[in-house]
Amino acid sequence: MRCGAAGTVAAHVVEGECVTADDSRDELPIDPDVAAIPGRPLHLRPSALAWVFAGGIVGTALRYHVENLLPHDGSGWPWATFLINLSGAFVLGGLLEGLGRLGDDSGWRQRARLCAGTGGCGAFTTYSTFALEVVLLGRHGHIGTAISYGALSVVGGVVTAWLGIVTMASVHHRRTRA
Amino acid sequence: MIAILTFLAGATGALARFLLDAWTKQRWRSSFPLATVVINVTGSLLLGALAGVVLFHGQSSTWQTIVGTGFCGGYTTFSTASFETVRLVERGEHKLALLNALGSLVLSVSACAAGLALVWAL
Repeated sequence: MRCGAAGTVAAHVVEGECVTADDSRDELPIDPDVAAIPGRPLHLRPSALAWVFAGGIVGTALRYHVENLLPHDGSGWPWATFLINLSGAFVLGGLLEGLGRLGDDSGWRQRARLCAGTGGCGAFTTYSTFALEVVLLGRHGHIGTAISYGALSVVGGVVTAWLGIVTMASVHHRRTRA
Repeated sequence: MIAILTFLAGATGALARFLLDAWTKQRWRSSFPLATVVINVTGSLLLGALAGVVLFHGQSSTWQTIVGTGFCGGYTTFSTASFETVRLVERGEHKLALLNALGSLVLSVSACAAGLALVWAL
């Protein structure tokens, strides 16, 4: 359920449980359907924070295990982070596209976005470890690997996120035609 | 035990990202995803400093695992950064998309190197 939360996706109340009054008028979305309904912004709701936290645990745990399976020695190609970031971008692209096509950002779709998207994919993928690997490759004199790893990751991330979107869009298209 | 603490730190990082992202979007309404850039740059700076403490000051790598792999890893995000670049391209904002992708990379790597250098100089 979503009651006048701050967000980029147009929100609609589906379960009609908005009874909390608060003072966050400036955070209400422009959508006239919801702007009049008082409600706590999404990021101030304990349940939303719990979904992000739960997804964050799973995402970090998965990344931790993949990094342990394919440890980086500071000189070779950082395969673990590379595969994590590209696959995570693909899943996030597909997830957000799929959820967006199934309906508005409320109810279970919003919970799925917060848990699997913001928490899960967000914590699974990492920019800081990626940046550190580029720096350490450069520091060890592997300038070529550092530059190609940086460039291929960024381009690859955009391409895989786009592929995730396109894949989910075509799945949805086929299902609605069938 | 270290693994459990790392997972919890990662979830805390994800929560910090979620809050900072919402807080920024309330104050700065624009199609450019400034929040994610700020998150990735500050997280990279912190991880660079942590790695420096381990590399140059001989500290145990336990903290780098918990705070670095855990918190910084969960706080920063590659998937959202990539997704937001695609959204900018889809909206026809090609220059902003390029700025986002290239800016995030250059600034995050620079911030990480700066964190490392700062600790080395101390």
